[in-house]
Amino acid sequence: MTITNSSKWLASVTVFPKTGVNDPEGEAILGGLGQLGYSEVSRVRAGRIFRVQLTADSAEAALTRANRMAEQLLSNPVIEQFSVEVEPISDQVK
Amino acid sequence: MIGVITFPGSNGDHDALHSLIDDIGAPAEYVDYRQTDLARYDAFVLPGGFSYGDALRCGAIARFAPVMAPLAEFAERGGPILGICNGFQVLTEAHLLPGALLRNETLKFHCFWTHIKIEQLDNAWTAGCKAGEILRLPVAHGEGAFFADDDTLDQLEANGQIVARYCEPDGTITPGANANGSARSIAAVSNRQGNVLGLMPHPERATNELVGGADGVKIMSSALNFLNVAV
Repeated sequence: MTITNSSKWLASVTVFPKTGVNDPEGEAILGGLGQLGYSEVSRVRAGRIFRVQLTADSAEAALTRANRMAEQLLSNPVIEQFSVEVEPISDQVK
Repeated sequence: MIGVITFPGSNGDHDALHSLIDDIGAPAEYVDYRQTDLARYDAFVLPGGFSYGDALRCGAIARFAPVMAPLAEFAERGGPILGICNGFQVLTEAHLLPGALLRNETLKFHCFWTHIKIEQLDNAWTAGCKAGEILRLPVAHGEGAFFADDDTLDQLEANGQIVARYCEPDGTITPGANANGSARSIAAVSNRQGNVLGLMPHPERATNELVGGADGVKIMSSALNFLNVAV
């Protein structure tokens, strides 16, 4: 990751059901893909991505904060796992 | 006094209050989710519904409501708390109960009568039942599949925290009776101390034969035991 002087960051928090946790939504999507003829698909897991804009002094600091958010609220550790990626947001780009 | 906590989006609070006051005869009143002084209450019911519109996950936002911190202290002191349906989901999100509630295996909203078998009496809310008693109660949920990992489930079994399972009318535990796909057919769990109970079926909607059944009295009438008992 490139370290920049930007103080605005975009954290992408990806949350998925843990291995072993039933995902009926993913199974329903798998069924739908099968009906459309995508017979090569063997498994679908449905999750979601949160795009969180935040300010922080560094990419590391933004990552630390976003990880805390994911642990405390964005995911439920009993049933879900998450990963976080952080990228700088330029002031020119909204 | 029994407190029925109303979150934004709760819709079972009226049923709970009506059941407690009119069918059970227990004094009860609504407790706003912003309330933090809980000193006048002997027990709490977290009702069914869709707190905060089920945003993020069922119960995930309600967990941060102002009432929840003093409620956790109340639970810590051994105060009796019953979480029904969404109330159960809130209590798991708040870590006052183990596990989590997942989307029903069928992906459908379930709204029908079920049977549950009461397996544990050593807790605040099923002490009035008989061991192995079968209760006929309605369910109304889209996310009712209880989940915990195998180690946690084994611990819950060993600690006697699995209070009720879905069953056939004759009490047999079958996959068919477990419509939402709950781990080990679990319909109700308690915390280790036994003062906090969560269940997906609605006992408060079955406390009068006029509405099709009164088996919920066995659970809701526990409220009478808690009145004026300081915790």
